[in-house]
Amino acid sequence: MPISPRSIPARRIPGGATALPRARVVTLFVALALLALPFADLSLGGHDPWAALARMGQGFLRPDFGAVERIGRAIWLTVAFACCGVALGAGAGLAMAPFYHLRAVRWLCIALRSVHELFWALMLMQVMGISPLTGVLAIALPYMGIFAKVFSEQLDEADQRPTEVLPRTDPLSRFLWARAPLALGAMKHYTLYRLECGLRASAVLGFVGLPTLGFQLDSFFRVGDYGAASAIMICYVALIASIRVWLRPALVLPWLVASIVTLALIKSPPMGPGALMRFVTQDIVPSPLRDGWDGAALLGWLGDIAAHEALPGLFATLVVAQIALILTGALAFAGFGLIVPRVTSRMGRMAGHMSLVVLRSFPEYMLAYLFLQILGPSMLPAILALALHNGAIIAHLLGREGETLVPQLRADAPRGLSVWGWELAPRLFGPFLALCLYRWEIILRETAVMGLLGIATLGFFVDSALAELRLDRAVVLLIATGLMTAGIDALSRWLRRGTGAGLRGAIRDDCC
Amino acid sequence: MTLLALQRETLGHGGRTVLSGVSLTLSPGERVVLLGRSGAGKSTLLGAVHGQLAPRLRVALVPQDNALVPQLSVLRNTMMGRLDDHGALYNLRALIRPPAAARAGVAALLDTLGLLADIDRPVGQLSGGQKQRVALARAFWRGGALLIGDEPVSAVDERQAQGLLDELRARFDTSLLALHDVAMARAFATRLVGIGRGAIVFDAPPAEVSDADIAALYTR
Repeated sequence: MPISPRSIPARRIPGGATALPRARVVTLFVALALLALPFADLSLGGHDPWAALARMGQGFLRPDFGAVERIGRAIWLTVAFACCGVALGAGAGLAMAPFYHLRAVRWLCIALRSVHELFWALMLMQVMGISPLTGVLAIALPYMGIFAKVFSEQLDEADQRPTEVLPRTDPLSRFLWARAPLALGAMKHYTLYRLECGLRASAVLGFVGLPTLGFQLDSFFRVGDYGAASAIMICYVALIASIRVWLRPALVLPWLVASIVTLALIKSPPMGPGALMRFVTQDIVPSPLRDGWDGAALLGWLGDIAAHEALPGLFATLVVAQIALILTGALAFAGFGLIVPRVTSRMGRMAGHMSLVVLRSFPEYMLAYLFLQILGPSMLPAILALALHNGAIIAHLLGREGETLVPQLRADAPRGLSVWGWELAPRLFGPFLALCLYRWEIILRETAVMGLLGIATLGFFVDSALAELRLDRAVVLLIATGLMTAGIDALSRWLRRGTGAGLRGAIRDDCC
Repeated sequence: MTLLALQRETLGHGGRTVLSGVSLTLSPGERVVLLGRSGAGKSTLLGAVHGQLAPRLRVALVPQDNALVPQLSVLRNTMMGRLDDHGALYNLRALIRPPAAARAGVAALLDTLGLLADIDRPVGQLSGGQKQRVALARAFWRGGALLIGDEPVSAVDERQAQGLLDELRARFDTSLLALHDVAMARAFATRLVGIGRGAIVFDAPPAEVSDADIAALYTR
């Protein structure tokens, strides 16, 4: 038991000597995106975007709060699903965090979080129908994987000295007395932040039929009621922007209880008996195996899925994601100065904050849905949505770092564009690269799921398989999607280590 | 009977030798103080002694960096000295609601250390000197055959430090400390051990150690 002072585990600091030159990594990614461009369908599909935009613009300028009851209910259910899902995810994640170093737990968590909330919802619906539990689990399952990982990192990064000086004590007491209290603050902060992500996820679940905001928005759009759609979006942005006001630690319990009661009171159509058994023992069993083992048929079946669905879907997903990633980076790098003092005037910063908040509040999926109405079906709406949302998040995080840098600058430092280019951009390039690499995985996940909107990414094939009630094919495609996500995650981690582009814990955690 | 006998040991951490040829004994009733420049290897030696003795004796430890849990109260940090006396369930209950007996015992102890008023404050809100006294309280609450302390009174003023060392002497028969105040060390110790140039330079009762011997430790 060492008693010499032990420092807290060092975190990588950007800017150190590195094995992979950062410029080369950036060049490589830009080259990949350029290579992807010829394969991307960026057409307007015979759509006249200006006419659609004009119709929508008119509606949006005159928000119609007439349907207040439906709007209020959709918003409240969005909050309720988010609260329950995040609470369940955080609780289960906390229980798994101390065991995260065990390979079985770690792999379970990776599998859970590599499947998107919407995909979870689609699969769970096969078993439970459109019930409240479907929505709650669709959020909770991937979130528990994420919570377990982040909580275990936070426990590891907390001061280890108190547990080292503890006399031989049983593991539970050691954890509760000398480990958990040190990480509790960071965990609470992260959980509250994650609720914001949960609100977005919950809103999007409406697009697959759960009674949250996305559902209401979709039904307003279908009937062309742009005024009501505008009203519901204004309410949604206000809800997210005011989260620090209505979500205080003291109010967590009341919100949670109210959410549970609300969801418990929802009546959902009962599923036939044995739905779960049928799902597990028949629906998801590969069709060539349903009448007994047949290895050759299974291989042929898998080959067919790979050739006609998984690989084309994967290719389209990568094409969209790589282009979106470069656009994300460009927007974020050019835009983060908007919210930094000394670069932008006070009025300019307010406008910058406003636009970043709006773009951050809307999940990629919802933005893509909106752009699809304007631009018609192609990869363009997806790329724009991904770039705007993720670019706004990175710009916001970089801008906040920039805010802390500005007071430390020398007194005679320049202002405006010069301070951005000479002082801030070079210092923040490491964190910028790290954030882009973090978001790379998220962009891919989201790209895959946008297939549900009709773009030919992996989600499109999952959706078609589900529509044909071929759940076995859907499961194979979901596993392929999960493997892609996990692979990109590993690659991103390797690149981050290689380029020495690290992040402080706090800004990394704020990155959902 | 000796509690400890190190013979010609080489000590270090991470493959780096800090002290070589170390021989040191410790018998019940002795108060041994280590002297030497910072970085000389006092903490390394204390760590080695703790590593040897802790498995077979009840040792109370005051590490140099206190190693407290800032989020927990003074009361709970002090109680941590006795966690190994109880099972996990008892400790869980005690964490949520400290038993009255433990609270009363710790309160009496904190009173003698001048910390009673702060018993329910989180340690993170305390000053450096107060934190060090909490680390001492934790060791006192633990009790045992021996106290090992790495600069246990470095963050409090001289008068307070004297009082704390008196308290320590009253509670523990045997102790092994690193101290930087030479006068205080002379008054407290039954034996002084000088460490310099990667080895033990002297090991004798205070009366037999001259000021020049000690001064030599602190010059290059």
